[in-house]
Amino acid sequence: MAETMLAVVSGIFLLAGGVFGILGGIGLLRFPDFYSRLHAAGITDTLCAFLIIVGLVIQAGLALVSIKLMLILIFMVFTAPTASHALARAGLAAGDDPKTVESEPMGVAPLSSPGDPPSNS
Amino acid sequence: MTTVLVLTALAIFVTMALALVRALKGPSVYDRIVAVNVIGTKTVLIVALITAISGNDDLIDIALVYALINFIAIVAVLKLSRMRDLAAAGEGDITDG
Repeated sequence: MAETMLAVVSGIFLLAGGVFGILGGIGLLRFPDFYSRLHAAGITDTLCAFLIIVGLVIQAGLALVSIKLMLILIFMVFTAPTASHALARAGLAAGDDPKTVESEPMGVAPLSSPGDPPSNS
Repeated sequence: MTTVLVLTALAIFVTMALALVRALKGPSVYDRIVAVNVIGTKTVLIVALITAISGNDDLIDIALVYALINFIAIVAVLKLSRMRDLAAAGEGDITDG
């Protein structure tokens, strides 16, 4: 009984992780500018890794594999936001301006002010 | 249970395919680096899932090492694309300020 419960819970965690991964991939593909794409990728990366690794830990139980999986999880929780921050900072330092409501008036094609990089597709 | 693991692995492969499209399409170099970062993270998860599917517990070390290398690689590539030199420091560096 308890084993079935653990299998169901870990299955839910794993599938939820997979779904969040796909959502992040769609966001990465479809969002309009670099910072929103970074947002989609950065957030779902951490959540997807968290859910899948927790699901695997529940399945493995008390073993050396679980300790190593937890090490991977702890490392990812620290490095994924750091990498996202470095990416956003490098993008901003390179002069890639975020797309805002002001930069795109309603009903008008995106304006590019002088000095802007070519608008992202 | 193996079915769930394989389904999760397939979902991750779909994510990697979407990220690969962005990496090929991405207008700026930073879009490509984000996509490569996503692919690297997903590779770690794939290796962890393969460990569970195959039951060969030694593979988890590869996932651990890949997670470590991935972060260093992303920061190194960012620095290289920003400063054109891994040793250079100064105005506009990613560690500047």
